[in-house]
Amino acid sequence: MKACDLAIIGAGPAGMAAATEAANAGLSVIVLDEQPAPGGQIYRAIETVPEERRKILGPDYAHGAGIAQAFRNCGATYIPEATVWNINPDLSIDYSRHGGSAQVSAKHLLIATGAVERPTPLPGWTLPGVTTAGALQILLKAHGGVGDDVVLVGSGPLLYLLAQQMIAAGKPPKAIVETIDRERYIKAARHLPRALAGFGYLRKGLSMMRQIRQAGVPRFSGAHDIRIEGVHRAEAVVFSVGGKAHRIETTSVALHQGVVPNQQATRLLGCDHAWNESQRCFVPKLDVFLESSIENVFVAGDGAGIAGAKSAAMRGRLAALRVAQKLGHSNGADIRALQADLKRDEAVRPFLEALYAPSRDILQPADETIVCRCEEVTAGAIRRAVDLGAPGPNQVKSFLRSGMGPCQGRMCGLAVSAIIAERRKEEPEAIGYYRLRPPLKPLLLSELAQLEPEATRSEPL
Amino acid sequence: MFKRIKATETPRVSFSFEGQPIEASTGDTVASALMLSGQTHFRNTPISQSERGPFCMMGVCFECLVEIDGIPNRQACMIPVREGMVVRRQKGAIGVETE
Repeated sequence: MKACDLAIIGAGPAGMAAATEAANAGLSVIVLDEQPAPGGQIYRAIETVPEERRKILGPDYAHGAGIAQAFRNCGATYIPEATVWNINPDLSIDYSRHGGSAQVSAKHLLIATGAVERPTPLPGWTLPGVTTAGALQILLKAHGGVGDDVVLVGSGPLLYLLAQQMIAAGKPPKAIVETIDRERYIKAARHLPRALAGFGYLRKGLSMMRQIRQAGVPRFSGAHDIRIEGVHRAEAVVFSVGGKAHRIETTSVALHQGVVPNQQATRLLGCDHAWNESQRCFVPKLDVFLESSIENVFVAGDGAGIAGAKSAAMRGRLAALRVAQKLGHSNGADIRALQADLKRDEAVRPFLEALYAPSRDILQPADETIVCRCEEVTAGAIRRAVDLGAPGPNQVKSFLRSGMGPCQGRMCGLAVSAIIAERRKEEPEAIGYYRLRPPLKPLLLSELAQLEPEATRSEPL
Repeated sequence: MFKRIKATETPRVSFSFEGQPIEASTGDTVASALMLSGQTHFRNTPISQSERGPFCMMGVCFECLVEIDGIPNRQACMIPVREGMVVRRQKGAIGVETE
């Protein structure tokens, strides 16, 4: 088994920056990542993207190239295409790679597994042709693919960024259907003074809006009662705005209601989590150095609470510096400055969270709407299970198999907790979340049988 | 319909999906290659047999599950294309082979 001072799961901005910082401080570092190349989702394909596409994606994306290069040169052991399927309490990590399994052991662990899209249960959201907005952005970033009749639906900055990138690629979206209404702007406005500290973000937002307007993309604000129609695949988006019904024909609907921390690894380890009402999601409880309730387990990047790519890299550095300090490799001199930078970078968040709060349509879906996509469990079935006495997601899971399909609750967990909380008139914090167990991802018995504790088959950089 | 913004100069890779030849680019995943060939229906669910296609493209949702070279339950969005791959839709629940 390969041993190291710091094991990092995830090679997005947080994981890459942490590995670089830790390796530079003299720590032995192993980075496990599921993708074939570093970058995570935000900087996906950053090392191989053609110049033309890099221009389309914009300077914030291009910024990742420097982070990836520093990571490549830092001397950390990088193990790509590695799917972590278990983390033991002694911080040994089991992963599968190329059909076999292997283990690494670590003194400290940094979970940098980023964010996932918030569940968006709507009628018709399981039809082929309906994706997350993130999925279409990945298709563009990594593969240069773009749709010719995409309708973007929901709420959040990613919708406008994707629209801007599609415009730059010469295929503007057919329409943007926003679930944000006038009331949201009023609610968000009181956070504006603080957000002004993050003026750079606000200016970028305004510039995106201007480009979308200039491209003539139709925008519908305050949409509700959204559903996707189609028999074998998406054919149209139907919604209402102020009592007026709309129908837009399309073969591609991209849903987005913000992103939320990917909790799989922190839940598996049993880290404490708290409900963040402003972000409407569970966030692991962390100290000011990003150490979780479990000693020597750190969380950085959007998995520590949604704050974006810049903060992710800073958080990665902060966690790495703290580990270096604990091991006597650093005097921790930069820690305070990093904490101050982080605070500044996050100033815009309360404004964005209030403005782009998820819509009621998806937080409290209609009874007949599928919530657990894998096991096809509806919101109504979950409510009936609650009425029968199920106090939380794990009992609902036993009753209905929600969260027991191959995605292991990744796509429904938050929605299920929110539906139960509303039905029981309790706070999500009291309701809790699915209990996660290994394997974190389905694996073949042959992969388990080939567990090679001594040979990690890793390729040093 | 999804199209590439520019015909790529990277070498081509061919594989089959449901017996049909598919042309892909090096660097494609099975899911991206199929989406860019106009395919939307990747699998049928084990519960209602309803049709599903890629949803997240980042290995989280498990909607793009296909059978690759006889092995079921493969995440099409996580697996790079290889020359000569045989890809099929995953139809419903997987049976248990008995002899």
